[in-house]
Amino acid sequence: MRREIRLGWGLVAPALLWTAAFFVLPFAAMLALSFAHMEGRAVVQGFDAGNYIRAFTDWSQLKALINSVEITATVTVVSVLLAWPLAATIAWRVPARWQRLALLMAVLPFWTSYVVRSYSWLLVLGKTGVVNRGFALLGLGPFEMASTRFATVLGFTHFFVMLLTLTIYANLVQLSPNYARAAQDLGASRLRTLWHVILPLTLPGIVTGAFVTFVLCIGDYVTPQILGGNNELTLPQLIMLQMGRGGNFPMASALSVILMAVVTLAYGACAKWLRLDRL
Amino acid sequence: MTASVTISRVTQTYGAATALHEVSLQIEPGEFVVLLGPSGCGKTTLLNLIGGFAQPASGEILIGGRDMAGIAPAARPTTTVFQDYALFPHMTLAENVAFGLRMRGVGKAARRAKAAEMLALVGLPGREDRRPHELSGGQRQRVALARALAVSPEVLLLDEPLGALDLKLRRQMQDELKAIQRKVGTTFVHVTHDQEEAMALADRIVVMSEGRIADIGPPREVYLQPKSLFSAAFMGEINQLPVTRGQAGFGPVPGAGTRSGMLLIRPEAINTSQGLPLGEAVLTDAAFFGTHVRAHARLGALALVLHLPQGSDPRPGETMTLFASAHSFLEAS
Amino acid sequence: MKLLAWIYLALGYAFIFLPVVVLVVFSFQDGRLPVPPFQGFTLKWYAQITSDGALMTALGNSALVAFLSSAVALTLGFLAAHGLARAVLPGSVLMRGMLIAPMTVSYLIIGLGLLTFFNRIGVKPSLLATGIGHVVINLPLCFAICYAAMGDHQRSAERAARDLGASEAQVLWHISAPMLAPALGAAFFLSVTFSWDEFLIAFLLTRFDVTLPVEIWSMLRSGLSPATNAVGSLVFLISASVVVLAEIFLLRRKP
Repeated sequence: MRREIRLGWGLVAPALLWTAAFFVLPFAAMLALSFAHMEGRAVVQGFDAGNYIRAFTDWSQLKALINSVEITATVTVVSVLLAWPLAATIAWRVPARWQRLALLMAVLPFWTSYVVRSYSWLLVLGKTGVVNRGFALLGLGPFEMASTRFATVLGFTHFFVMLLTLTIYANLVQLSPNYARAAQDLGASRLRTLWHVILPLTLPGIVTGAFVTFVLCIGDYVTPQILGGNNELTLPQLIMLQMGRGGNFPMASALSVILMAVVTLAYGACAKWLRLDRL
Repeated sequence: MTASVTISRVTQTYGAATALHEVSLQIEPGEFVVLLGPSGCGKTTLLNLIGGFAQPASGEILIGGRDMAGIAPAARPTTTVFQDYALFPHMTLAENVAFGLRMRGVGKAARRAKAAEMLALVGLPGREDRRPHELSGGQRQRVALARALAVSPEVLLLDEPLGALDLKLRRQMQDELKAIQRKVGTTFVHVTHDQEEAMALADRIVVMSEGRIADIGPPREVYLQPKSLFSAAFMGEINQLPVTRGQAGFGPVPGAGTRSGMLLIRPEAINTSQGLPLGEAVLTDAAFFGTHVRAHARLGALALVLHLPQGSDPRPGETMTLFASAHSFLEAS
Repeated sequence: MKLLAWIYLALGYAFIFLPVVVLVVFSFQDGRLPVPPFQGFTLKWYAQITSDGALMTALGNSALVAFLSSAVALTLGFLAAHGLARAVLPGSVLMRGMLIAPMTVSYLIIGLGLLTFFNRIGVKPSLLATGIGHVVINLPLCFAICYAAMGDHQRSAERAARDLGASEAQVLWHISAPMLAPALGAAFFLSVTFSWDEFLIAFLLTRFDVTLPVEIWSMLRSGLSPATNAVGSLVFLISASVVVLAEIFLLRRKP
């Protein structure tokens, strides 16, 4: 038996060491750095919470955190609301032999380059873009849609609707049709069946998808940078700004730790329903 | 290739639970031994200990006189036919059967020849290039057997190999299994919970209950002269007549002397003409079972089960004088 | 109700495909801006990008990083999953948690952490550094997929192989890996696509040799251009063909 355990350890060790060296250790280094401060252009390691205090008292910093949470919350809710009916339509209305194709089509743009996807929305939403040209034909506009929070939310929603359609669909099809049959057999209307039976049963899948959306969305730099313009900053944009322009690594680290704390809070809030191993 | 298996005072525990209590058992070379018992009786634990998939908490296991302590399954002269067959789905039948030889560095041509030979032995000649998913349950079972035998083990361990088959197929496979064992001469240790299967296969049956050996012996002996009430009941239906100081309800019990215990009589040993007289009984019900008529009767305060001949037509309420053509006395412990 | 569902489906697809269609259509724009009106069909932007040395080098770099980092992530993840699935190890819940953890952390934080860490130990930003970062993000994925795919069926086949004399390495090579082939293929494929498309870590951890997303990023600085559309369309074409091929050959092969 002891030999078994030694062998098991030997097999797990490389992955553990890799994770320890290139994930845990870097995070520890970043955590240490977040308690340092800048003197001129030099980093002075110490142990003061100045960066954290500044993050929550300096309005320009705090605003970024608030923006990020607002945008992410909006995107998560809107994406789930849009994706659920789409997944349900594919799962229940599309004939079985076309379902794989329908699903493949629904997520195909998922595989465009991440950077290019935001850029494409710029072509659609810009002052001279497709949508404004359409409005012009009706004698309206042009409207400023790019470089707004609306554009950021739309760009994000586009991406996450695809992701969520996939996860929610997977959830819906593995649900036995007998649940719905039983509920209706016992006199529940379609709507009540949906509300009391189908929705609770698919909740873990929805929450898992929503959590992944939340994590990916709140940590993303590309979409708000391309589509949001510079009217307002999100937390990742602020982090990149601190690091790039000011070279203020300690402040960037502190903001990153805060970002991670927000994600951890979100995890705690929905841990009960999360099935990360079943993604 | 065949070897003896000696198990002496083996105890196995899982956490606080004890799965085996100081079990000792001697298996002779070439013997077909069946470990029989309900689930949780320790039979599979014992098989795993012989196969090396677990190490005993105490006691020793010797195969061919060699102590097996600390020896991995691969290094033991045993192979196992698993309950779920565990065929490798990505390999052909020949590759499956020859896998053990490949691990032992045997050349390709020799492996192929041996695989063909073993597949023929188990009744699947010419199927070398098929894949497991093309086979029926019974055929997969045969391949698993061929694979385990291909490396010429000294002891073959079979973990409920027929459990997943339907009844008819199971009876057929029992006959073939027995024939194959005769042919190869390897020691077979077979685990099952089906007493008919045990009797069909075994040279000796080891009845196990709650981590102990409840009875051991050739099928006839275990069936007719059980050494415990547990094995008596597990081997099939049996009537138990209490005996107090040598006396049963109908009179003195032969062979009991003045001891107390149970007189055990199988339903088919009860008849209306000859043997040990049991007295007058009243028939309460009867049903036709094909090979016999199964009936219940009241003998004083006792309810008896009896099998009457196929041709008889007993009526409930009828009074008949009953005799036992075979019986055994078990002293209370 | 039925009609409503179909209308919703149509609108959903329109929303999903709108940016891609605009991207591809205006990559053929015979004009200087990739916006309406469409001024005629040309392939000159494709000719321009395929003769752009920096872009093609970045494409090669991306492919290299994607394949190598995915191979490492898959190997580590597969071995770990096998180790944790074959025997109950003390602390296995903790180990599983640690291996999965990077999945819940933003790429920005992983990238920034690695940048801080590499700065401190004196590793220069490079493709190697990026590759290391990509292994960190793909290892949890590969591990989770492999671990989920290991069932009783497989465990008993491995047990049988050990019983027949296979060493642990032989069990891995002859039994576990072939039986897990679909899961291994899916994990590798997903890793490659994630690494291939990953921007932030690559942006933080490369300097002179950059990957494709970083190169495209720098193209965006010069504003809207049909050339960017052409690059985007080309990348989409490559990814989409890989996805479709994977769908046909990898996922369909379930018996």
